[in-house]
Amino acid sequence: MTTIGQPLDRVDGGVKTTGAAKFAAEHFYPGLTHAVLVHATISRGRITALHTDEASAVPGVVAVLTHLNAPPLKPAPKPGAFNLTVMFSGTSVNYLQSDEVHWEGQPIAVVVAETSAAAREAAALVRAEYTVTKSVVDFEGSEQDARPQPNNPLLPRGAKKGDAEAALKAAPVSLDLRYTTPPQNHNALELHATTANWDGDRLTVYDATQAIDWFRTHLALRFGVPRTNVRVLAPFVGGAFGGKSAIWPGTILAVMAARATDRPVRLVLSRESVYRTVGGRTPSIQRVALGADRDGRLTSLIHTSITRTGPIGGPFEQVTAASQHLYAAENILARHDLVSLDLLPNTFMRAPGEAIGTFAVESAIDELACELGMDPIELRMRNETAVDPIGGRKKFSHRRLRELYALGAERFDWHERNPEPRSTRDGRWLVGTGVATAFHRALTLPVNVTVRLSADGGVLVRCGFHEMGMGAATAQAQITADALGVPFDAVRVEYGDSALPLGPFAGASAQTASVAAGVVQACEELKQTLKSMARKTGGGTNEEILRRAKVPHVEAVVGSDTRLGRIAGRARFLPNFLLDAQRWVKAASGVHFCEVKVDAETGETRVSRWAGVFDIGRVINPKTAASQMRGGIVMGLGLAMAEETLVDPRTGRIMNPSLAEYHVPVHADIPPIDVSFLDDPDPKMPLGILGAGEVSTAGVGAAVANAVHHATGKRVRDLPITLDKLL
Amino acid sequence: MEIELRINGSARRLDVSPQVSLLDALREYLGLTGTKKGCDQGACGACTVLADGRRINACLALAVQYQGREITTIEGVDHPLQEAFVRTDGFQCGYCTPGQICSAIGMLAEHKDGAPSAATEHLAATGGELDDEEIRERMSGNLCRCGAYNGIVSAIKEVAK
Repeated sequence: MTTIGQPLDRVDGGVKTTGAAKFAAEHFYPGLTHAVLVHATISRGRITALHTDEASAVPGVVAVLTHLNAPPLKPAPKPGAFNLTVMFSGTSVNYLQSDEVHWEGQPIAVVVAETSAAAREAAALVRAEYTVTKSVVDFEGSEQDARPQPNNPLLPRGAKKGDAEAALKAAPVSLDLRYTTPPQNHNALELHATTANWDGDRLTVYDATQAIDWFRTHLALRFGVPRTNVRVLAPFVGGAFGGKSAIWPGTILAVMAARATDRPVRLVLSRESVYRTVGGRTPSIQRVALGADRDGRLTSLIHTSITRTGPIGGPFEQVTAASQHLYAAENILARHDLVSLDLLPNTFMRAPGEAIGTFAVESAIDELACELGMDPIELRMRNETAVDPIGGRKKFSHRRLRELYALGAERFDWHERNPEPRSTRDGRWLVGTGVATAFHRALTLPVNVTVRLSADGGVLVRCGFHEMGMGAATAQAQITADALGVPFDAVRVEYGDSALPLGPFAGASAQTASVAAGVVQACEELKQTLKSMARKTGGGTNEEILRRAKVPHVEAVVGSDTRLGRIAGRARFLPNFLLDAQRWVKAASGVHFCEVKVDAETGETRVSRWAGVFDIGRVINPKTAASQMRGGIVMGLGLAMAEETLVDPRTGRIMNPSLAEYHVPVHADIPPIDVSFLDDPDPKMPLGILGAGEVSTAGVGAAVANAVHHATGKRVRDLPITLDKLL
Repeated sequence: MEIELRINGSARRLDVSPQVSLLDALREYLGLTGTKKGCDQGACGACTVLADGRRINACLALAVQYQGREITTIEGVDHPLQEAFVRTDGFQCGYCTPGQICSAIGMLAEHKDGAPSAATEHLAATGGELDDEEIRERMSGNLCRCGAYNGIVSAIKEVAK
């Protein structure tokens, strides 16, 4: 029996439900100390005085590190398009190395103490004086200063086909709309945490990271030790969502504090410190303009975005990534512009670009459907495309949007709806339904893997990948079991440790497919080895073959962790990646069906029903995959209805850095979410896997906005959809 | 100061300053790291433990005030909910899970005792059915950023039957 496709329980279910799973802040060393950050309270300028005497006098304080006494730190390496390992420094600031302040919240001191309570008490006593220089921190106020985003070969760019502006003017039906989305924060429940221990010039770090190898390389560079001297472990990560992929100051400063004090250091960010030192999702201002003929065929699709970056960093946001592939418009214009602000850089957050870009484009499509008096699914089907709309040459490796819409409409009883806005009531509730498309590009990354079969029949898979809740080890055990034809329970998977073969970073929805490619290759090699052994020893079961050959185990190795091996891996990866991207559009896709109830008097909005149908290629484990889809939808519901990081436009200070004031969805907000899959392998991806981590977050904002419009007749184009916007 | 706490059935002595929270006492002083810190201000529920069977946020409790109380952390829990969470996939990363489980145990007891919630239609009708809406309302103090809420509700419903 195959195990792929079985809804198996997670292999780590036991340790996660008994408290035995150890996260980054839960590893002990004798003499462990605790560190707490002190933050700057200006957005730009210089520190003129730092008063640390009171803090140092708190009983139990071991050290107060500032730019005046911190050990040297090498500057952050410059990002290079072809060296991913150093690309993702959260900021370019060299912490505690000068009196300069670059953002409101920048760490200006680290207090190390025998207990966390003493460290917190002392940190509150550090006082700073500053000279303030002019800073630019107001996103909306800087709109007119937006500049085109520079091109990066690894990220989707803008696109142009025909003359979209002229076609818009000439179109019989047209819309030209402005949408905005606010900054958001990941708020993984596990606070970012680092436990760092130096043993001479060897460093061991337990960190809440989704990028073990980047952290290892980055720390080696910053602290001037060989990469092989650094070990990074992340056996369990308590949620990440992109917020734990770049290297943020907490990690660097924990390692620095351990070096400065010659003591093991644990640094757990407070929730406020997470907001002040770990970037979130960029805000956006978007324009979507659509031109169509009266039959709904798109003649023009324009999607432009303004997002933010800054002098100290912040990656680009591929806001129009989905819009470029969804509709067969004759003329298309997609453009990304940036404003530069003196704020903590933003970073990747679940479905960067697509999550907010699909809110705008899929809302606009719904608006056009209303304008045309056409069912929004029918409008989408009239513009469905078999080839990539830009250029018209690239094919989709897999495109099943028609099937997804048909399946979802049936599951949701879509065609029962009265299309007239504000036409359905349930007591005090106005009821509406909405639909939107989800789309997320698929990717694979290079990995090294070893698979070992022992004479007792046990199989050990080793790869430095990450478990942040995806059920990664469970899925890889299923893949291994099928590839070798052994029982699922015979497979053990080791992960979350840089001492293991190089794993991919856990992002871009790429981990499962990337590791699967390595695992399948290793298993094939292992089977070949067993076959040739069997020819010599006379066959039988795997165990018999090994026993007769008198070897304790056989092992297959994919990739090499030597410096040359890593360079070779990258050299193989990049041309393939770029060539592949020229030939194919590979993407996971889906459709969301949403029902909302809006209180006619108060504007209170409740999501009452949800159906999501997805094409993520082959589904390894329908139980954990469905959980990922639901999780992405829940995060999308936060984006749609509640989440907003409030940045003071005068000072650049985040005003709601807590879970009490930044609202994420709670139990009461979430109805049963119906999830189904096509489970149809993609022909161009390893094992047919398209990636499951992010696709379901895309489209959620629009599905809710469209349902709210259907319920109330009010179109909300500025997220989040809070009740004040419906009154 | 020297205090004694009763945790998971055994007495534990520790030396803490008066401002140390029960949560830090558990995690930092006693090595009981199953109880999680997610906000340290009572907003997320990750630190939920049981004090004499009632659910509390350990981050809002001072350790010194809990002398003489029977504290149960996830390490001391042996309950059908734990297997139910695994079966229904009521978690992903697992960080909020100990708090969700402790909270659910406390919640089931509250409901059994007839405590109403904001979702309870008639306050007089104690011991009513624990339906989805009741469970969701009563569990809303426990955040799950992975969004495993559907699975958690299923697990609780399974066990409450």
